[in-house]
Amino acid sequence: MLLSDRTRSSDDLELLAERGLRERPHRIVQFWNRYKKNRAAVVGLIIVCFFILVSVFAPRIVSNAPFSLVANRFIPPSDEYPMGTDDLGRDVFSGVVYGSRVSLLVGFMAAATSTFIGTLIGAFSGYHGGRIDSMLMRITEVFQVVPRFFMALILVALFGASVWNVIFVIGILSWPVTARLVRAEYLSLKEREFIEAATALGMGHLRIVFSEILPNALPPIIVNSSLQVGSGILVEAGLSFLGLGDPSMISWGYMLNNAQRFLRQAWWMASFPGMAIFLTVLGLNLVGDGLNDALNPKLKER
Amino acid sequence: MAPYSRSLRTSISGKCFTLSGGVKVSQEGYSLKSYVLSRILQAIPLIFVVIVLNFVLIHTAPGDPIVFIAGEFGDPEYYDMMRAHYGLDRPIHERLVMYIGNVLKGDLGRSYFFRQPVIQVIAERIPATLLLMGTAALLASVLGIVVGVVSSSKPYSIRDNLITAGSLMGYSLPVFWLAQMLLIVLALWLGIFPAQGITSLRIDLTGIEYVLDVLHHLVLPASSLAIYHLALIARLTRANMLEVLQEDYITTAFSKGLSERRIVYRHALKNALLPVVTVIGMELGFMIAGAVLTETVYSWPGLGRLMYDSIYTRDYPVLMGLFIVISISVIIANLATDIVYGLLDPRIRHR
Repeated sequence: MLLSDRTRSSDDLELLAERGLRERPHRIVQFWNRYKKNRAAVVGLIIVCFFILVSVFAPRIVSNAPFSLVANRFIPPSDEYPMGTDDLGRDVFSGVVYGSRVSLLVGFMAAATSTFIGTLIGAFSGYHGGRIDSMLMRITEVFQVVPRFFMALILVALFGASVWNVIFVIGILSWPVTARLVRAEYLSLKEREFIEAATALGMGHLRIVFSEILPNALPPIIVNSSLQVGSGILVEAGLSFLGLGDPSMISWGYMLNNAQRFLRQAWWMASFPGMAIFLTVLGLNLVGDGLNDALNPKLKER
Repeated sequence: MAPYSRSLRTSISGKCFTLSGGVKVSQEGYSLKSYVLSRILQAIPLIFVVIVLNFVLIHTAPGDPIVFIAGEFGDPEYYDMMRAHYGLDRPIHERLVMYIGNVLKGDLGRSYFFRQPVIQVIAERIPATLLLMGTAALLASVLGIVVGVVSSSKPYSIRDNLITAGSLMGYSLPVFWLAQMLLIVLALWLGIFPAQGITSLRIDLTGIEYVLDVLHHLVLPASSLAIYHLALIARLTRANMLEVLQEDYITTAFSKGLSERRIVYRHALKNALLPVVTVIGMELGFMIAGAVLTETVYSWPGLGRLMYDSIYTRDYPVLMGLFIVISISVIIANLATDIVYGLLDPRIRHR
């Protein structure tokens, strides 16, 4: 009797859960349904995924290593070399394919770094408030006022242009925006009733900050970091274009720098790497817009 | 939610500035005078921070600090002389005081490559960069506002969607690549514009012909530099217009029977432009970065080209000097933006 009761109730639960699922799809499905309404954002996602695949499978896509001299110099785009060859007879297509690695690595890692630092500082500042908050915001302001690109340029010029330095520098210089965003969220969220309830339940500050407030503050953080990937890629390309890229890895910015001296002879040396930067950043910006719409349905309705 | 949506709107390209940072309310500042004063008082420590930062960089970077002040490739006697001149033989705190004093006097070190004081090298290049940036900023703001208003007048129409798509592309373009492409097509292939420099070298031009020649050279670099900012300003204007057009006073204006044209231009645009003004001012730091890259492509004889050359010749004193000069100009530009904003929008002062 007791046993059957139990099975029955668990059956009921399952049924309920199933019905619940049918009526209200999983959160991720809901999110995807909202996201895919923005067709441009779907295109953006496809572009970004495409470049990620290219960077992962680079050695399978091209047989020539990007720095190896494989043919005569300045061969225009042809069947054998779809993007032509450069001033040293290197395969431009191979460079574009391998260049995606540096761009994506720098973009994503720098965004991750800055999101991490920005979230920590913003959360602490907004939650704690008072003196510490105003002090931290002063520091943030200083970081925001110093022109980011030049600071990055100086740091890389003085401390060396390894890819990790570049990531670190871009990450260190991009956190203030995230910090301000997160702080604003925390300032408003910490006044809500559910936080009062959490405090009444005896939760510690750390737990409130990270497991109660953070999930609610995530949407703007996610949107912002997706946009920062694109801007990180642009900064890296700009640095490499000025000759401050990692010399051991081929990058799109470096290829454009190299192309600069041969614009008259070889238009293809500049066209294809730049097109790759443009498409990647465009894709990321589209994704950012899509995330913004999908994560803030209220904002869109206005 | 408000601060979030707002900062996102202005941060849409990734590089950001929060409006609340720029238009910070001064607690005691009710009059314009004290508002301006409080903004200036906030800017001064920032300038000191930049100078100190530079000092720290010079002393923490690998290598002898004298190289970063007096340049590479000097002989030992030259370095000894320079060390004494810049006080590098003194204890560190004295050095810092001396360094700040030097910078405030305009002594940014000496370029061994140019064999000139850094400040002189930089000053010579400023006009060309100002010309380029001023033109680009003017182009971007005027066209950006027009495009934004046109776009917002019929939201989600084909025209609006095309403009939105165009501006999305506009701020995904790497400025130096756009510059290269324009150069290849319009200068090298079609030959409509000159490819390099600020004037034609071979011919000696005077008067109006000289001005026209410079303008001719200016078209491509200024357009390359403007596109990104044009896209940003257009997008921002559009968003602000759409928001303002829903305000009650606009509805009132419509119900009073005012013409649409009058409402859009007189009533809505005025208020929608306020944040745009801030953005134009705050974009300056970013625009200088774009100018450096554009100048590199077109061999434009400004600060950017100087920066590129000093990276290649490892002319560190010039590089550090440029950093200081650019940072201080950005701080001053932000200050000016704040003040203009305060003038335009009394609420900022009174809130």
